[in-house]
Amino acid sequence: MGKPIKIRAKMKGDIAEVKALMPHEMEAGFRRDPATNERVPAHYITDVVAEHNGDVVFTAYWGPAVSKNPFVSFSFLGAAVGDTINLHWKDNKGDSSATEAVFK
Amino acid sequence: MKIDRRFFIRKVLAVGVLLALPRILFAARPDKAFAATDGDEAMATLFGETPVASDRVVLKIPEIAENGAVVPVTISTDLENVESISVVVAKNPTPLAASFALGPRSVANVSVRIKMGESSQVLAVVKAGGKHYSTSKDVKVTIGGCGG
Repeated sequence: MGKPIKIRAKMKGDIAEVKALMPHEMEAGFRRDPATNERVPAHYITDVVAEHNGDVVFTAYWGPAVSKNPFVSFSFLGAAVGDTINLHWKDNKGDSSATEAVFK
Repeated sequence: MKIDRRFFIRKVLAVGVLLALPRILFAARPDKAFAATDGDEAMATLFGETPVASDRVVLKIPEIAENGAVVPVTISTDLENVESISVVVAKNPTPLAASFALGPRSVANVSVRIKMGESSQVLAVVKAGGKHYSTSKDVKVTIGGCGG
């Protein structure tokens, strides 16, 4: 199980803004372990999906070039204060994490 | 490795068919584009065409990135019917950093942080109404962020 996502969901007028921080090593697979000189295998988040009222409002496909502990922000229309946003990710090793937040 | 001609033709045809399929099928990660090791190749695989430069695509990225491991990027556009937003770092070992699939309710404004191995051109590509538009910026990296 991946580490918990930190999420903030806020209504800015009509626009629903979501900011999320996903603790993850995002290992690109090019680095070598200084102690063993072995290549550190790639381990990174590949998919992030956000749902509002059963509707996918945002999808991110990532490669290993996204920074460690990825931060993402996105916005959409048609939400209201009190609505829930669901966010989940999965990585290239089959790990995943999910969270939800209520729009303020 | 030598690539035989038959195999190559088959590959080209397969990619062509994939690109011709409706974008509903894009609801899967474009693994092939992510595997590309060359910026142009990544874009050809993902977009099937060279994006048209457009000042309606706004790419916000520092001109000088002190730390290549964390380079904040914000892409927005006032184009309508935006289907996807992608970030390509031309000189990274895997140039396609991120691709965001947007829906009809999305606001075309996305932020993310990326790694940059060295100073490079960074492209923001927006797919809107079936066409691709891009803006690029040259970013100078003081300390590379790919480890090594």
